[in-house]
Amino acid sequence: MNSEANPISTLVWTFGLMSLFAVGGANSAIPEMHRIAVDVHHWMNDKQFADIFAISQLSPGPNVLIVTLIGYSVAGVVGALVATLAMCGPTAVLAYYVSRLLQRSSHSRWPALIQAALVPLSIGLMGASGLILALTSDRSWVAGLITVAAAVLAFATRLNPVWMLLAGGALGFAGVI
Amino acid sequence: MVLESPPATVPGPDIPTATPPIQPDLLELFMAFAKMSLAGFGGVLVWARRGIVDQHRWMTAEEFNETFALCHFLPGPNIVNLSVVFGSRFRGIAGGIAAFAGLVGPPMLIATILAALYARYGEIDVLRRILAGVSCAAVGLLISVVFKMMMPLVKKRDAVGLVILLAVFIAIGLLRLPLQAVLLVAIPLSLCITYLMRRQVNA
Repeated sequence: MNSEANPISTLVWTFGLMSLFAVGGANSAIPEMHRIAVDVHHWMNDKQFADIFAISQLSPGPNVLIVTLIGYSVAGVVGALVATLAMCGPTAVLAYYVSRLLQRSSHSRWPALIQAALVPLSIGLMGASGLILALTSDRSWVAGLITVAAAVLAFATRLNPVWMLLAGGALGFAGVI
Repeated sequence: MVLESPPATVPGPDIPTATPPIQPDLLELFMAFAKMSLAGFGGVLVWARRGIVDQHRWMTAEEFNETFALCHFLPGPNIVNLSVVFGSRFRGIAGGIAAFAGLVGPPMLIATILAALYARYGEIDVLRRILAGVSCAAVGLLISVVFKMMMPLVKKRDAVGLVILLAVFIAIGLLRLPLQAVLLVAIPLSLCITYLMRRQVNA
């Protein structure tokens, strides 16, 4: 909380702008959140960022709620509310107008084209999220092994992800990591 | 926090599925999205499809896919976009706000409480250890999603797509360049290439 400007207004324009660039959803924007929260504004350190990501995955609701947790750590309850609305608001308004536009001219081929062009971008962004989070979370070879095991299990089976989160928590509790 | 869904209220299979017969009101929109959201760990989409298509029959599967495709190519949290587009389709702006409030409000309250607990007790050793374990597994889940999404590109041998994917990964993940700068270059470039490739195929 040592940022020079008013933290609330920083939250508003940071996440308001990020909202419009989060191609592929909130998880694509995690590298940018990490860059801003840890490197630019020093709101938190690597370990706290990894903790916050873990909490956001443990709590129900859309992935975007990681923003709520960042906002809280910057400016309490008001920060949580402001950050969440800033991250959701601009794109929600955009979605409203675009969907009305498309209802009127439904046979345009632009949506398919734009989607085809954006899919590789959003996968690349999410891959970068995975890398940055792995670098902040996996500080031992056992931790890395748990990440790999969870990735393989989630890729190859239909096991409910909650079990893997709980197993990770149990291993952490046991002091393995 | 997983809520039990009540049984479907629409019984018969005779109801024409082309036009969903039921128009939800504002409270129903709020409640439906709150339920989906609270049931959805690590992703609400599966629950949204279940609630909207199977349980309430507010949309057919095709309508849902079209709406979701639209929300997926728009920036920002997909499911948030979906709630706004869905709600406003039935009840205008008020409907969009009701669905959005249901989706984000209750889980935001929970997240805020968890954040407060973390701020107060986050330094406790046991909790730190548990969270460290959870985040290792959560990162693994995220990585598995990346590979699942990549499979169609690999199967199609979409070399251009894979190169763009790799370039964005390097720019953001390894070089740590700012998101806006990277996308302001990558989006127009990707659009141009995709457009030209498709024209070539059609010609």
